[in-house]
Amino acid sequence: MLTALLILFPLLAGLLVFFVKGNAARNLALGFSIIEFGLAIGAYCLFKHNPDACMLSFDHAWVKSLGIHFSVGIDGMGLLMVLLTTFLVPIIILSSFKNEYSNPHNFYGLILLMQMALIGVFTANDGFLFYVFWELALIPIYFICLLWGGEDRGRITFKFFVYTLFGSLFMLVGLIYLYNHTNVDGLKSWAVQDLYNAGRALTETQQSAVFWMIFIAFAIKMPVFPFHTWQPDTYVTAPTQGTMMLSGIMLKMGTFGVIKWLLPIVPLGLEKWGFTAIVLSVVGIIYASIIAISQKDFKRLIAYSSIAHVGLISAGILSCTQQGIQGAIMQMLAHGVNVVGLFFIADILFRHTGTREMDKLGGIRGMNGNFAVLFLIILLGSVALPLTNGFVGEFLLINGVYQFNATIAAFAGLTVILGAVYMLRAYQKIMLGDRNDSNVAFGSLAGTDKIVLSIICIVIVAFGIYPKPLNDIAEEAVKTIMLNLK
Amino acid sequence: MKGLLIISGLGILAMLAEIFKFKKLLLPMVLLGIVAAYAFNFMEWKMPMSFSYFDNMIAFDKLALAFSGIIIATAFFWFILANDYFEQDSNMVDHFALVLFALVGALMLTAFKNMTTLFLGVEIMSIPLYVLAASKKRDIKSNEAGFKYLIMGSFASGFLLFGIALVYGATGSFDLMQIRSFISEHGADMPLFFYVGVVMMLIAMCFKVSAAPFHFWAPDVYEGSPTLITALMSTVVKTAAFAAFMRLFMVGFAEISSVWTGILAGIIALSLVIANFSAAMQNNVKRILAYSSISHAAFMLMVILANVRSNLSVNALIYYSLAYSLGSIAAFGIVYNVTKKGNENVDAFNGLAKRNPSLALCMAVAMLSLAGIPITSGFFAKYFVFTAMIGTQYKWLLIVAILTSAVGVYYYLRIVIAMYFKKQDTHEPLPIERSNILVIVLTTAATIAIGIVPGIVAEMFAF
Repeated sequence: MLTALLILFPLLAGLLVFFVKGNAARNLALGFSIIEFGLAIGAYCLFKHNPDACMLSFDHAWVKSLGIHFSVGIDGMGLLMVLLTTFLVPIIILSSFKNEYSNPHNFYGLILLMQMALIGVFTANDGFLFYVFWELALIPIYFICLLWGGEDRGRITFKFFVYTLFGSLFMLVGLIYLYNHTNVDGLKSWAVQDLYNAGRALTETQQSAVFWMIFIAFAIKMPVFPFHTWQPDTYVTAPTQGTMMLSGIMLKMGTFGVIKWLLPIVPLGLEKWGFTAIVLSVVGIIYASIIAISQKDFKRLIAYSSIAHVGLISAGILSCTQQGIQGAIMQMLAHGVNVVGLFFIADILFRHTGTREMDKLGGIRGMNGNFAVLFLIILLGSVALPLTNGFVGEFLLINGVYQFNATIAAFAGLTVILGAVYMLRAYQKIMLGDRNDSNVAFGSLAGTDKIVLSIICIVIVAFGIYPKPLNDIAEEAVKTIMLNLK
Repeated sequence: MKGLLIISGLGILAMLAEIFKFKKLLLPMVLLGIVAAYAFNFMEWKMPMSFSYFDNMIAFDKLALAFSGIIIATAFFWFILANDYFEQDSNMVDHFALVLFALVGALMLTAFKNMTTLFLGVEIMSIPLYVLAASKKRDIKSNEAGFKYLIMGSFASGFLLFGIALVYGATGSFDLMQIRSFISEHGADMPLFFYVGVVMMLIAMCFKVSAAPFHFWAPDVYEGSPTLITALMSTVVKTAAFAAFMRLFMVGFAEISSVWTGILAGIIALSLVIANFSAAMQNNVKRILAYSSISHAAFMLMVILANVRSNLSVNALIYYSLAYSLGSIAAFGIVYNVTKKGNENVDAFNGLAKRNPSLALCMAVAMLSLAGIPITSGFFAKYFVFTAMIGTQYKWLLIVAILTSAVGVYYYLRIVIAMYFKKQDTHEPLPIERSNILVIVLTTAATIAIGIVPGIVAEMFAF
């Protein structure tokens, strides 16, 4: 019941916000999203108390004749993703308080609707429902980018939409194929466990086909090299909050999908093609890192760094080791928080100076020391310094990939070094040195900006020092997943 | 059957309206009549038997009644939408009569049991439409449309007739069930000319549903005809043609499916590719929708190709027809209102979101539905087709369908982008008649409703 409520509440809230005029919409949306976070905390407590609590799952027939159920439930990994989503959405809404959007009610309504779809993706226990939520998440973000995006948004959002839809359709066919092979007392079923069984009963060739059909959808969403070409443009063009939703949460749909909807279904396909997929991921890490180093635009740099990070996550997952997957989950959480922080920094810089080009910035530390410290903390989290949240995940990830193949791990490990290079170079150019442009005046931060940055920094440090609560859930979750992989 | 009779009666009544001077009353009478026809149709559908007439030449079974229901309901919406089309014109009663007779033909097509009724249905439906396509008398494009439609349509009718004759020659019967049993008895030693006849009928039907490579008339006719007549062609006519197609090939010629499925698969692949890539290159909204209708025709043909005679296929086709009709009526209703000033290009939609936000929203929903995005009905329609197809040997067609669907999203979204993103030339709001708003909102709401609970439709037609 609680899970269904978690999906229903943002839907109703979003619809309500559509009808509120002016800035009240913004405050209302913030309030609703905080309540939603409260609900998620409630789910967390419940889960801690008893992971199998029936409050956490909900099942109702949707289209009976086709075996489609509205079946949602929270398991360990789903819980972590729901926590991440519900934590980030209020932060994202709060971060928009200094931006003036036209028609704010539509903007915030769409964000809440997107939250609904995201939570649906993370909790769905029915293959068809999963697909529907997966597609639904695309529509609000498409309109957010189209209506409030930057230059040339028509062309770029269009590419984004078609690209991801294209992948999803393949996934749909892959899922229908599995569904056609399910057999529960003579009936077909969309339930996740039945799809697992159906997938495993297939021959190697069939599994390979299904693997690529489904993997392409996830690979485009993450994105993994070479399916990434939509991503940098879209991240740069989207309004900051849209970019945060895309990179902070939506990207995790892809990695989450691989863990829950790909690995357990096609073990043989994975055995055959997993290596190729890992190599692609690792190529993506190095490729994106090198491009990031040569970027001039800070927002674009973050976009490429995101490809590098997700490449490592994907490699860790596909290594199919306990540590690789656990690291991936931890890194998904950390990356979500950090990348939202980084995009927010880029937004603040743009608001104060009117540019995101790093060559035109410089010497901001001298003008605003607090900002410099907060920026540094987020940046260190992103390069995974020990005692920041990024460290735990990255360590486990590289460890997991190493168990799979040492040579690949060596290349994947480059992400640490290259990441430090482009991030620190960016910091140097933006914050240190002389003021490049004497007109640049960087005043003190607005109240809401401070709150958002402080919360993000606290989370980065807190979970860097004491990751145990999350790590425990992740470990348990991965143990269950590993059982399914055997 | 009662629905068919009522609508025939309405057609005759409409012709009398000029003489007895009740032109003003005609529209309400027609609407009432259609409601009555729907009610009778529904009552017949509720009964657990099928109705057979004229020595089993026409029989309203569940399937026929389901398709008739969709056609009658669509026609009801269409008449509300079209009220000012009739008012503008001097020959109003003729148009009423023609549309009603076209409907009679459509209903016959859903229920034919005999090759003669099939041919009669096709002709009764088509001939009024040739005239209606040319009904903007002073517009050269409309004349061209009518003329083209007539010539190409007659050509297809010729094919159909020739095909029927050859099949008759081989089987000795016009009756669908007798042909069927004859085939199953003499499966192996049918003469070659029988197969030629079947293929000729396939070509004629593909022409009627405008599948490539027999689609060349469609874009010109859709563009030239008055927008509302285009709406009629792409909904009522299409649904009827598919009902007939399905009965002919999934009942009549099911036994020799190996002969025609290969050809049909090629036709589908060609339609998907040609329609979607051509649509992507068009600027005229009506042409875009014409090509889009070709691509949807290909999707519906896939169900027939799958040739699984089960609830699944029947449901898939019924659901697809319904979803497509709803989306098309909404889309054409909006196109009709937006292009009243004469500009039929995509840029006529520029800035519609500012000029009339609710209309833009409805158009966006219609476009998303035609593109097949959840939670609209278009998505489930595609889903049902995919499920029907995945068990067959034509899995490669699914890949073609996916690739071309991605192209399809391009042109549907072009209209959405124009509405929400492009700068408008004028800021004046776009006023719309109340009755049109009613139809557009109702069809949009229905599009979403049967998208959220497709079970209603799927289970309603589970027979």
